[in-house]
Amino acid sequence: MEWVQQLVNGISLGSIYALIALGYTMVYGIIKLINFAHGDVFMIGAFIGFYAISGWGLGFFPALLLAMVVCAIFGVLIERIAYKRLRNATRIAALITAIGVSLLIEYSVIYFRGAQPEAYPDVLSKSTFNFLGAQISAQSIMILSVSLSLMIILQFIVHKTKIGKAMRAVSHDVEAARLMGINVDNTISATFAIGSALAGAAGVIFGVYYTKIDPLMGVIPGVKAFVAAVLGGIGIIPGAMAGGMVLGVVESIVSALGFSLWRDAAAFVILILILIFRPSGIFGKNTREKV
Amino acid sequence: MTNNLLLKVENVGIQFGGLKAVQGLNLELFQGELIGLIGPNGAGKTTSFNMLTGVYKPTEGEILFDGKRTNNMSPHQVTKSGVSRTFQNIRLFKELSVLDNVKVANHSLAKHSIFSSVFRLPSFFSGEAKMEEVSIEFLKIFGLDKYKDELSKNLPYGMQRRLEIARALAAGPKLLLLDEPAAGMNPQETKDLMDLIALIRKRFDLTILLIEHDMGLVMGICERIYVLDHGQLIADGTPEEIRNNPKVIEAYLGEEVTE
Amino acid sequence: MKKSKVFWLYAIIALIVYAIVQFMITSDQLDMYYSNLLITIAINIILAVSLHLVIGITGQFSIGHAGFLAVGAYISAICTMHFDLPFPVALFIGAVVAALAGLVVGIPSLRLKGDYLAIATLGFAEIIRIIFLNTDYVGGAAGMQITQMTTWTYAFFGVFITVIIIANFTKSRHGRACIAVREDEIAADAMGINTTYYKVVAFALGSFFAGLAGGLFSHNFYIIQPSQFGFLKSFDILIYVVLGGLGSLSGAIIAAILLTVVSMYLTEFPETRMIIYSLVLIIVMLYRPSGLMGTKEITDYFKLGKRSKGGNLDDQ
Repeated sequence: MEWVQQLVNGISLGSIYALIALGYTMVYGIIKLINFAHGDVFMIGAFIGFYAISGWGLGFFPALLLAMVVCAIFGVLIERIAYKRLRNATRIAALITAIGVSLLIEYSVIYFRGAQPEAYPDVLSKSTFNFLGAQISAQSIMILSVSLSLMIILQFIVHKTKIGKAMRAVSHDVEAARLMGINVDNTISATFAIGSALAGAAGVIFGVYYTKIDPLMGVIPGVKAFVAAVLGGIGIIPGAMAGGMVLGVVESIVSALGFSLWRDAAAFVILILILIFRPSGIFGKNTREKV
Repeated sequence: MTNNLLLKVENVGIQFGGLKAVQGLNLELFQGELIGLIGPNGAGKTTSFNMLTGVYKPTEGEILFDGKRTNNMSPHQVTKSGVSRTFQNIRLFKELSVLDNVKVANHSLAKHSIFSSVFRLPSFFSGEAKMEEVSIEFLKIFGLDKYKDELSKNLPYGMQRRLEIARALAAGPKLLLLDEPAAGMNPQETKDLMDLIALIRKRFDLTILLIEHDMGLVMGICERIYVLDHGQLIADGTPEEIRNNPKVIEAYLGEEVTE
Repeated sequence: MKKSKVFWLYAIIALIVYAIVQFMITSDQLDMYYSNLLITIAINIILAVSLHLVIGITGQFSIGHAGFLAVGAYISAICTMHFDLPFPVALFIGAVVAALAGLVVGIPSLRLKGDYLAIATLGFAEIIRIIFLNTDYVGGAAGMQITQMTTWTYAFFGVFITVIIIANFTKSRHGRACIAVREDEIAADAMGINTTYYKVVAFALGSFFAGLAGGLFSHNFYIIQPSQFGFLKSFDILIYVVLGGLGSLSGAIIAAILLTVVSMYLTEFPETRMIIYSLVLIIVMLYRPSGLMGTKEITDYFKLGKRSKGGNLDDQ
C-alpha cells in the first residue's frame, strides 16, 4: 500500500504549501502585490525554530510559537519599510521591489551566517504506526494536525473578529473601507503579520519534516506556494488551502511514479494550465476590466 | 436620407453575471445620419458602445454593420470594418507624441512589413512618409498640427478630447462613435466642437452616433435620438418628440431636460 | 533623409570603437580579463535590449527571459558540438529555435496580463530549465562541455545587429503599434491594432535575440549547466531593463554596461554583490521608479533645440 503512504506524504507537503500560500493570498487579496519575499519569511521562520530548538533547547511548540511571533514582526517591518510607499506605484515597480526584498533577505542571511545548510534536531517522536498497510509516521500526523489547527484559527480570525472583518473590507474596496473609518494601514500590517506568522510556522514544520534547511530554501517552496494560491483562486483563503493540498499530492504522485526530477516542473505545468484555462482559479470568479 | 442602412442592431443584450446591463437594444442608423444616444447615468450607453465596437460580446441579438455581422469580431476587426470610437475617459497613448497617436490609428494605411522596417527598405520610407503626411492632415483639421511633437499627456484637456476624435477619424471609419465628446468642456469649447463635428461629418461622409450628457448639445445637432434607461430603450425620435416624451421626462426627473 | 544621416553617424562611431578594441586585442594591449569583460558586456547588452523590446516597448511583463537564453545556449552548443556546424550558423539556429520557443510560450500566455503573465513566464522558464536538466543528451545537471568560440568580433556584431534591428523596429509603424499596446491595450485595439499579434511578435523577436545571446554565452565558457539559467539569471536581465528605465533602449544598454562592470569587480564577493544589487533595486523602485533614463533616449539630450520649431504649449 505504498500509495497510501505517498498520499500522506503529499498531504503533509501540501499542508506546508498551504500555510505559505495563505500569506500570499491574503497579501495579494489586500494590496494586489505578489510578495516574493514571503518565501524568505518562511526561511527565516525555519532558522528561528532551528536556533530555538538546538541553541536554547526549546521544545517544538515553544519554538513554533517563537518563530511565528518573530516572523510576524519581520513581515510587518518589510511591509512598513519597503511596500508601504508602493501603494500607488505601478504593478511592475511593486513586483520588482518585492523581488529586491527577497534577494536582500536571502543574501543578507548568507552574508551573516554563510550558505551552508543546517540539520534540524529531532523534536517529535519518530514512531510510526500501521494504517491500511502503510507505515505512517506520527510526525506527519502531528504536522498535519498543527497545520489544520492553524488554518482553523485563521478562518476564525478572518470571519469572527473585528480585524478579520476589516481585512475583508479592505480587500474588497480600500477607499470605501477608509471612508467607513477602518484604519487601512493597520489592517494591511495585520494581514502581513498573520500571513508571515503562518509562513514562520510552515518554516519550522518544514525543518522538522525534511530536517535540512538553508538560506535559499524559501525560493522554490515560495514560488510553489504562489502556484497553490493561484490554483485555488488568488485572494481566496479556502482556495489557498485546497490549492496547497492539491499541489502537494500531485508532486508526491509524480515522485512516486519515478519522475522525481520532474517534480518541480509539475507545479509549473499546473500553474500554466490553470492560468490559461481558468486564470481566476478553482474557486475564483471572473472579473473584467472596466472600459 | 435614402434607405441606405449602415448599422442595424437587433434585440441586442448583455449580461454580466446575473445582471442584465443592456437588453432588447434596437438601433438603425442610415448612411450620413447624426444620431444621439442619451440616458441617465448607468443606463447602459457606454456598454452599448462597447458591444458595437467588439469590446464586449453581446449575449443575445445581432449587430449588422454594413451588411456584416460583427457580434463576435474583436475590436480591431470591427475597427477595420469601419467603426471607430472615442472614449468617455480619455484613453490616449500618453507617452506617444500627438502625431504618433494619430499614426497608430493610421496603422493600416501603409503596408510595409516588419522585414522592410527592420532593414529600412524603400517601402518603409515611402510608407512612413505617407503615414506622416496623412496624419498631419488630420491634425490640421483639429488645429493640433502645431503640437505634433508634444507628448499627448502634456496637452490641455480640451485638446486631448480633440486629439481623441482626430485619432478615431484616422482609423478611417464609416461610422464614428463619440462617447461624451464635450464632457468637461466650457460652452465655447463645446460650441467649437459642435462645429467641428458638423465639418468632419460632411468632409468624410460620416455617420455619427453620439453619447452626450449635455442635452442642449444633443437636441441642437442630432437628427434623431435614442433614449436608454436601466439598460432598455425607452424612446426614439426627433429631438422635438423626445423633449415631450413623458417616459423620457420621468427617466430624467431631477435632471435638466428642457434647457 | 536627415534621420538616416544620424543613423549612419552612429553606425560609423560604433564600427570605429569595434576596430580600436579589435586592434588592442590583437596587439595584446587588452588582456584576456578585459576582452572577456567586453564580451560579457556585449552579451548582457543583447539580453537587456531584447527584454527591453518585450517589457519596455510592448509593456508585457516577462520575468522568464533566462529560459530563452538557455534555449539559444543549448541549441547552438548542440549544433557546434554534436553536428560540427560552423559557429555563425549555430548562433542563427539557436536564435531561431529560441524564437520558436518564444512563440510556444507567448501564444498561450500573452492573453494574461501583469502579474499573472509575469508568473507564467517565470514558470515557463523554469520548465525549460528542468527539461534541459533531465536531458542526458546535453549532460543533464552535470552540464555540457563546449569549445570556446565567442570572440570580440562575434560579440560586437551581435550587439550591433540586435540594436539596429530593435531600434528600427521600434521606429516604424510596427513599433508604434507595440508602444500603443503598452500605453493602452484597449485603445490600441479600438484603433485597429491587432494587439495579440504585436504582443506575440515582440515576444518572439525578444526571444530570438535572447537566443542569440545564449549562443554567444555558451561558447564563451567551457561548460554550461542548467543551474546557470535559473530565476536569478532572469532577474539579472530584468534589472538592466528596469534600472535603465522602462522604455529606454539606451537606458537598458547603459544599465547593462554599468552592472556588468560592477559585478565583475564583485565576483570575489558574491553575497555582497547580491546585497548591493537588491538594495539598489529597492531604492530605485522606491525613489525613482522610472529608472535611470525614464522613457527618454540618450539621443534626446542632443536635439533639445529641435522642438522649439513646432508649436509650444507655453505660448498659447
